Amino acid sequence: MFTSSTSRSALAVVVLGGVLLLTACEPNQQPDEAITVSSTDDKCEVSAQEAPAGTLKFDVTNEGTKVTEFYLLGEDGLRIIGEVENIAPGLNRSLTVTAPEGSYFTACKPGMIGDGIRNDFTVTKSEGGTEAVAEDSKLAEQATTQYASYVKDQTEQLQSGTKKFAQAYSHGDDDKARRLYAEVRMHWERIEPVAESFGDLDPKLDLREADLEEGQEWTGWHLLEKDLWPPKDDYDALNDADRQKYSDLLVSDTKILYDRTRDMSFTPDQLSNGAKELLDEVATGKVTGEEEAWSHTDLWDFQANVDGARIAYEDLQPLLATRDKELDSTLENRFDDLQKLLDQHRDGDGFVLYTELSKDEIKELADSVNALSEPLSTLTDKVVG
Amino acid sequence: MPDPSGVSRRTMFGVGAGTLVAGAAAGFFAHDGLAVASGADSDVVDFHGDHQAGIVTEAQDRMCFAAINVLTSDRNELIDLLKSWTKACANLSQGLPVVPDGVGGGSRTAPPIDTGEAQGLSAGHLTVTVGFGRSLFLDADGKDRFDIADQLPDGLIELPHFPGDMLEDGRGGGDLCIQACADDPQVAVHAVRNLIRMGFGTVSTRWMQLGFGRTASTSPDQETPRNLFGFKDGTANVRSDEAKALDKHVWVKDGSWMDNGSYLVARRIRMHVETWDRESLDGQEQILGRTKVDGAPLSGGEEFAAPDFSMMGAGNQPIIPIDSHVRLAHPNQNDGVRILRRGYNYADGADTRGNLDAGLFFIAFVADPANDFVPLQNRLASQDALSEYLLHTGSGLFAIPPGTTEGGYIGQTLFG
Repeated sequence: MFTSSTSRSALAVVVLGGVLLLTACEPNQQPDEAITVSSTDDKCEVSAQEAPAGTLKFDVTNEGTKVTEFYLLGEDGLRIIGEVENIAPGLNRSLTVTAPEGSYFTACKPGMIGDGIRNDFTVTKSEGGTEAVAEDSKLAEQATTQYASYVKDQTEQLQSGTKKFAQAYSHGDDDKARRLYAEVRMHWERIEPVAESFGDLDPKLDLREADLEEGQEWTGWHLLEKDLWPPKDDYDALNDADRQKYSDLLVSDTKILYDRTRDMSFTPDQLSNGAKELLDEVATGKVTGEEEAWSHTDLWDFQANVDGARIAYEDLQPLLATRDKELDSTLENRFDDLQKLLDQHRDGDGFVLYTELSKDEIKELADSVNALSEPLSTLTDKVVG
Repeated sequence: MPDPSGVSRRTMFGVGAGTLVAGAAAGFFAHDGLAVASGADSDVVDFHGDHQAGIVTEAQDRMCFAAINVLTSDRNELIDLLKSWTKACANLSQGLPVVPDGVGGGSRTAPPIDTGEAQGLSAGHLTVTVGFGRSLFLDADGKDRFDIADQLPDGLIELPHFPGDMLEDGRGGGDLCIQACADDPQVAVHAVRNLIRMGFGTVSTRWMQLGFGRTASTSPDQETPRNLFGFKDGTANVRSDEAKALDKHVWVKDGSWMDNGSYLVARRIRMHVETWDRESLDGQEQILGRTKVDGAPLSGGEEFAAPDFSMMGAGNQPIIPIDSHVRLAHPNQNDGVRILRRGYNYADGADTRGNLDAGLFFIAFVADPANDFVPLQNRLASQDALSEYLLHTGSGLFAIPPGTTEGGYIGQTLFG
């Protein structure tokens, strides 16, 4: 999922990079009226040449024949304050930016090449005018640096844990392997959107039996899960050679993940989207008991997904606090509520099995996931816009 | 634009016979059921014809689908049931009870023959389409149940497991199927209920689904509807005015008893609407490959503009993403394969976790399931970004025999 959202949020990332350097924050101020932009193959008609400082909304229509882009550029003509790309002929897209008083350029870029067709644009002082918060860019950088460290740390622990698990399993120490299974997987589940961003690795490591296409080879965690918690009927246990083969593969694929995550960098919207996706994972896979069909250790995964989402949110919290305090406190409270519920199902170092939960308890967890996920889904807009 | 191969009487009468293409529509004039239709406002769809109604018929808004087990092992008993179903369907399609006067005209000491809840309602464009499952030909042990195993059509395959399938017990297979579609759910349910009632002892219901809000257009006169993700669906559907495409992709033409029949694929697709609703507008459009409000492809133009899959956007990436639904499902990307979709939205209340049990009851008619549907579904299930929000919970494949003429019965080409 991170794969597609990464490419999808390319636009948002650029917007952020520029906005944070220059713009002010007026999160609750809605633009009075959109400025319309008509982009043709040789013209860029903007309905206004100036606007008061604050949140600006540009409504861009491509009335030409080539794919176009629209930019708001800083005074130097280089710095991108905001950008909307991939506007195909006939389509309409909007761009919302917050901009302080100053001189700017608007630019349409038909064909998506060259400097584009530029016009001067002035942002005038507005009542209760806004100030640039250069601090924002520092907060964003801090958030993404912290998150990158977290990913590094989790993949390190995943790698060492996977080795231990694989050794126990391939040596036939099933009790130990079963003990390690859920615990080690938590390091995977905490950073699942990052791990899933590698389209080649994710299916090799984390595919469930139901996800297989006919004739496709099953490898990874859930194959071993089934062998460690075998169904009573119609199941052929893996032989020693297969145990060795698939545990070696688990270790070597995890090593690839480890190598690839050493110097990964992130953008704030990847953190916020990642947090949302982790909660989506909980809603569709963990709270339903579908993820761990044989071991029923879904609550470990549940906790790890929530951990990962909470870390991303907490890294973004200083930035969010400058933009929307109300959302910030809602998220904080709802993370707490969900954690309290999860804590009720702790058992020793881990959790009770999913199969031990009553229907009411599952419903309560699902309600809490929905309560958190809904506001969490607006986080990206806040940290990017 | 008139609908030459369709069977909607409203269309036929509305546009006048002169505009109908000879040949394609000739079959529909060849019987006396027309007498029932009284004019341009008729909401009766012809039951008889070369093809069964309910395939190219302009999609009604409601559906009741049932998959049925056949209990008997007596071939004649099964044939008798098909004969009586055929007669009943012809009556029901005209807005009549199962038998004329079946609600209150019988003995006072016997239950009425027709259950009566459609009394006073119009025909509501009711169509009833009947099909045969593979298990009607061969049972689980490979035994020929009704001396028809040697006529098992090639197209009636066992559907493979598709990635992401989480099929629920009791939502799959069936020896027979009944698809009843109408403007009014009471009319559709009435039809299915009465057919099942007529068959008690011979058949029993295996699974059933109610649908609302058609999710495809089968005629160019219909606006493209929206699915529960809020997007227009089925823009590139095979439509009733595309005679050549129907002959190629929908109707079986192999000289067997299946001639002029088709295959019905049913899939109950649960949609994770809660998580979908948390996806950004941009994300939703990238996943679908179309704009939400207008349904235009992301390569531009209006809804019916052909998607330009080669158009490049920022970062030299295709402007219609490679994992978008419209790209993966489009005939251009599937060796020209097209299917006639006729699905419906469904909402069966909430699950035990409080999430909506809602989604799409996908129905498609294809001429060759193994080559038309299976590769397409495999591709979608493994690559489509939309799959993240879908769970396939029910499945069935049925051979739809050709239509009947007055005095004939559904399945006559197989059993006759």
